Amino acid sequence: MKAVYFAWVRERIGKTGEEISPPDNVKTVGELIGWLSAKGEEYAYAFEKPDVIRAALDRTHVKHDVAIAGAREVAFFPPMTGG
Amino acid sequence: MAVIRIQREDFNAAAEVAALTAGRTDIGAVVTFTGLCRAESGKLAALELEHYAGMAEEEIARVAAEAEARWPLQGVVAIHRYGKMAPGENIVLVVTASSHRVAAFEAAEFLMDYLKTRAPFWKKEHLVDGSSGDWVEAKDMDDRAMERWG
Repeated sequence: MKAVYFAWVRERIGKTGEEISPPDNVKTVGELIGWLSAKGEEYAYAFEKPDVIRAALDRTHVKHDVAIAGAREVAFFPPMTGG
Repeated sequence: MAVIRIQREDFNAAAEVAALTAGRTDIGAVVTFTGLCRAESGKLAALELEHYAGMAEEEIARVAAEAEARWPLQGVVAIHRYGKMAPGENIVLVVTASSHRVAAFEAAEFLMDYLKTRAPFWKKEHLVDGSSGDWVEAKDMDDRAMERWG
Protein backbone atom coordinates (compact mmCIF):
# COMPACT_ATOMS: atom_id res chain seq x y z
CA MET A 1 0.00 0.00 0.00
CA LYS A 2 0.98 3.61 -0.43
CA ALA A 3 1.72 5.71 2.66
CA VAL A 4 1.65 9.51 2.47
CA TYR A 5 2.76 11.99 5.11
CA PHE A 6 1.90 15.63 5.71
CA ALA A 7 3.11 18.68 7.67
CA TRP A 8 5.52 17.84 10.52
CA VAL A 9 4.99 14.11 10.08
CA ARG A 10 6.35 14.53 6.53
CA GLU A 11 9.22 16.75 7.71
CA ARG A 12 10.27 14.34 10.45
CA ILE A 13 10.18 11.27 8.22
CA GLY A 14 11.87 13.22 5.45
CA LYS A 15 9.64 12.11 2.60
CA THR A 16 6.19 12.84 1.21
CA GLY A 17 5.30 9.20 0.82
CA GLU A 18 6.40 5.67 -0.01
CA GLU A 19 5.25 2.19 -0.85
CA ILE A 20 5.00 0.06 2.30
CA SER A 21 4.40 -3.67 2.83
CA PRO A 22 3.40 -4.28 6.44
CA PRO A 23 3.30 -7.94 7.58
CA ASP A 24 -0.05 -9.70 7.96
CA ASN A 25 -0.08 -9.32 11.73
CA VAL A 26 -0.33 -5.52 11.32
CA LYS A 27 -4.10 -5.22 11.09
CA THR A 28 -5.13 -1.74 12.25
CA VAL A 29 -4.06 1.84 11.68
CA GLY A 30 -2.68 1.92 15.24
CA GLU A 31 -0.62 -1.24 14.64
CA LEU A 32 0.67 0.25 11.42
CA ILE A 33 1.87 3.32 13.34
CA GLY A 34 3.69 0.98 15.73
CA TRP A 35 5.25 -0.97 12.86
CA LEU A 36 6.37 2.21 11.07
CA SER A 37 7.84 3.61 14.31
CA ALA A 38 10.27 0.69 14.38
CA LYS A 39 11.54 1.41 10.86
CA GLY A 40 14.05 3.99 12.02
CA GLU A 41 14.81 7.04 14.14
CA GLU A 42 12.98 9.43 11.82
CA TYR A 43 9.81 7.32 12.02
CA ALA A 44 10.12 6.95 15.80
CA TYR A 45 10.39 10.75 16.02
CA ALA A 46 7.40 11.36 13.73
CA PHE A 47 5.23 8.91 15.67
CA GLU A 48 6.63 9.56 19.17
CA LYS A 49 3.17 10.67 20.35
CA PRO A 50 0.86 8.26 18.49
CA ASP A 51 -2.27 9.69 20.14
CA VAL A 52 -1.68 13.00 18.36
CA ILE A 53 -1.39 11.43 14.91
CA ARG A 54 -4.44 11.58 12.66
CA ALA A 55 -4.94 9.06 9.88
CA ALA A 56 -6.93 8.61 6.70
CA LEU A 57 -7.56 5.47 4.64
CA ASP A 58 -8.25 6.13 0.97
CA ARG A 59 -8.82 9.82 1.78
CA THR A 60 -11.33 9.28 4.58
CA HIS A 61 -10.62 10.10 8.23
CA VAL A 62 -10.30 6.98 10.40
CA LYS A 63 -9.59 6.21 14.02
CA HIS A 64 -6.60 4.10 15.03
CA ASP A 65 -8.65 0.95 15.66
CA VAL A 66 -9.85 0.72 12.04
CA ALA A 67 -8.57 -2.21 9.93
CA ILE A 68 -6.21 -1.37 7.07
CA ALA A 69 -7.15 -4.42 4.99
CA GLY A 70 -8.09 -3.47 1.44
CA ALA A 71 -6.95 0.15 1.67
CA ARG A 72 -4.76 1.41 -1.16
CA GLU A 73 -3.55 4.60 0.50
CA VAL A 74 -2.92 5.44 4.14
CA ALA A 75 -2.14 9.00 5.24
CA PHE A 76 -0.62 10.20 8.50
CA PHE A 77 -0.70 13.82 9.61
CA PRO A 78 -1.02 16.13 12.63
CA PRO A 79 -4.34 17.63 13.71
CA MET A 80 -5.56 19.92 10.93
CA THR A 81 -5.18 23.68 11.04
CA GLY A 82 -6.93 24.93 7.92
CA GLY A 83 -9.68 27.49 7.65
CA MET B 1 -24.81 21.01 -5.36
CA ALA B 2 -22.01 22.78 -3.59
CA VAL B 3 -19.19 24.54 -5.40
CA ILE B 4 -15.91 23.35 -3.89
CA ARG B 5 -12.55 24.67 -5.04
CA ILE B 6 -9.05 24.11 -3.71
CA GLN B 7 -6.74 26.59 -5.40
CA ARG B 8 -3.48 28.46 -5.11
CA GLU B 9 -4.84 31.72 -6.56
CA ASP B 10 -6.92 34.30 -4.74
CA PHE B 11 -10.71 34.41 -4.91
CA ASN B 12 -13.23 37.23 -5.20
CA ALA B 13 -16.03 36.92 -2.66
CA ALA B 14 -18.30 39.38 -4.47
CA ALA B 15 -17.92 37.51 -7.77
CA GLU B 16 -18.75 34.20 -6.08
CA VAL B 17 -21.90 35.66 -4.53
CA ALA B 18 -22.91 37.17 -7.88
CA ALA B 19 -22.44 33.80 -9.59
CA LEU B 20 -24.43 32.03 -6.90
CA THR B 21 -27.40 34.41 -7.03
CA ALA B 22 -27.46 35.19 -10.76
CA GLY B 23 -30.97 34.70 -12.19
CA ARG B 24 -32.34 33.45 -8.87
CA THR B 25 -35.40 34.90 -7.18
CA ASP B 26 -35.79 32.29 -4.46
CA ILE B 27 -32.76 33.25 -2.36
CA GLY B 28 -33.54 35.55 0.54
CA ALA B 29 -30.27 35.41 2.45
CA VAL B 30 -26.60 35.09 1.55
CA VAL B 31 -23.92 34.80 4.22
CA THR B 32 -20.25 35.04 3.32
CA PHE B 33 -17.31 34.28 5.58
CA THR B 34 -13.77 35.12 4.53
CA GLY B 35 -10.78 33.94 6.56
CA LEU B 36 -7.61 36.03 6.17
CA CYS B 37 -3.95 35.61 7.06
CA ARG B 38 -3.08 37.55 10.24
CA ALA B 39 0.29 39.20 10.89
CA GLU B 40 0.27 37.93 14.52
CA SER B 41 1.42 41.32 15.90
CA GLY B 42 3.95 41.81 13.13
CA LYS B 43 6.02 38.65 13.65
CA LEU B 44 4.57 36.75 10.71
CA ALA B 45 5.86 37.27 7.16
CA ALA B 46 3.67 34.59 5.63
CA LEU B 47 1.65 31.48 6.25
CA GLU B 48 2.27 28.42 4.12
CA LEU B 49 -0.70 26.12 3.71
CA GLU B 50 -0.02 22.50 2.89
CA HIS B 51 -2.93 20.29 1.86
CA TYR B 52 -3.73 16.71 1.02
CA ALA B 53 -4.71 17.02 -2.64
CA GLY B 54 -7.75 14.93 -3.45
CA MET B 55 -8.82 14.41 0.14
CA ALA B 56 -9.19 18.16 0.71
CA GLU B 57 -11.84 18.42 -2.02
CA GLU B 58 -13.56 15.21 -0.93
CA GLU B 59 -13.65 16.12 2.75
CA ILE B 60 -15.01 19.62 2.12
CA ALA B 61 -17.63 18.11 -0.22
CA ARG B 62 -18.66 15.72 2.58
CA VAL B 63 -18.98 18.63 5.01
CA ALA B 64 -20.96 20.67 2.47
CA ALA B 65 -23.30 17.71 1.84
CA GLU B 66 -23.83 17.44 5.60
CA ALA B 67 -24.70 21.15 5.76
CA GLU B 68 -27.14 20.74 2.86
CA ALA B 69 -28.77 17.84 4.69
CA ARG B 70 -29.17 19.85 7.90
CA TRP B 71 -30.37 23.19 6.55
CA PRO B 72 -32.57 24.19 3.59
CA LEU B 73 -29.81 25.74 1.49
CA GLN B 74 -30.08 27.01 -2.06
CA GLY B 75 -26.37 27.25 -2.57
CA VAL B 76 -23.01 26.57 -0.94
CA VAL B 77 -19.57 27.74 -2.05
CA ALA B 78 -16.39 26.72 -0.24
CA ILE B 79 -13.01 27.83 -1.56
CA HIS B 80 -9.78 27.05 0.30
CA ARG B 81 -6.40 28.31 -0.86
CA TYR B 82 -3.06 26.55 -0.46
CA GLY B 83 0.52 27.74 -0.84
CA LYS B 84 2.19 30.75 0.70
CA MET B 85 0.16 33.80 1.65
CA ALA B 86 1.09 37.13 3.20
CA PRO B 87 -0.76 38.84 6.07
CA GLY B 88 -3.93 40.42 4.73
CA GLU B 89 -4.42 37.84 2.00
CA ASN B 90 -7.51 35.66 1.77
CA ILE B 91 -7.27 32.02 2.89
CA VAL B 92 -10.79 30.63 2.86
CA LEU B 93 -14.26 31.57 1.63
CA VAL B 94 -17.59 30.10 2.62
CA VAL B 95 -20.84 31.32 1.05
CA THR B 96 -24.24 29.96 2.02
CA ALA B 97 -27.56 30.92 0.48
CA SER B 98 -31.01 30.19 1.79
CA SER B 99 -34.56 31.56 1.79
CA HIS B 100 -34.07 32.86 5.31
CA ARG B 101 -31.13 34.18 7.25
CA VAL B 102 -31.02 31.71 10.15
CA ALA B 103 -30.21 28.73 7.94
CA ALA B 104 -27.59 30.72 6.01
CA PHE B 105 -25.88 31.98 9.20
CA GLU B 106 -25.91 28.61 10.94
CA ALA B 107 -24.76 26.64 7.91
CA ALA B 108 -21.86 29.05 7.31
CA GLU B 109 -20.72 28.68 10.91
CA PHE B 110 -21.10 24.90 10.77
CA LEU B 111 -19.06 24.74 7.56
CA MET B 112 -16.23 26.80 9.03
CA ASP B 113 -16.16 24.81 12.28
CA TYR B 114 -15.95 21.55 10.34
CA LEU B 115 -13.47 22.89 7.83
CA LYS B 116 -11.06 23.90 10.55
CA THR B 117 -11.01 20.50 12.21
CA ARG B 118 -11.64 18.06 9.33
CA ALA B 119 -10.29 19.53 6.10
CA PRO B 120 -6.71 18.28 5.56
CA PHE B 121 -4.83 21.58 5.60
CA TRP B 122 -1.87 22.55 7.76
CA LYS B 123 -0.43 26.01 8.36
CA LYS B 124 3.27 26.68 8.74
CA GLU B 125 4.55 30.07 9.88
CA HIS B 126 7.27 32.00 8.09
CA LEU B 127 8.65 34.71 10.35
CA VAL B 128 9.62 38.30 9.53
CA ASP B 129 13.25 37.63 10.57
CA GLY B 130 13.51 35.16 7.67
CA SER B 131 13.41 32.04 9.81
CA SER B 132 10.97 29.23 9.32
CA GLY B 133 8.60 29.23 12.26
CA ASP B 134 6.52 26.44 13.71
CA TRP B 135 3.57 24.53 12.41
CA VAL B 136 0.44 26.15 13.78
CA GLU B 137 -1.01 23.98 16.53
CA ALA B 138 -4.62 22.87 16.45
CA LYS B 139 -6.72 24.63 19.04
CA ASP B 140 -8.98 22.86 21.56
CA MET B 141 -11.31 25.80 21.02
CA ASP B 142 -11.82 24.71 17.40
CA ASP B 143 -12.60 21.13 18.47
CA ARG B 144 -15.18 22.39 20.96
CA ALA B 145 -16.69 24.68 18.30
CA MET B 146 -17.19 21.64 16.09
CA GLU B 147 -18.52 19.40 18.86
CA ARG B 148 -21.44 21.73 19.59
CA TRP B 149 -23.01 20.65 16.29
CA GLY B 150 -23.40 17.09 17.64
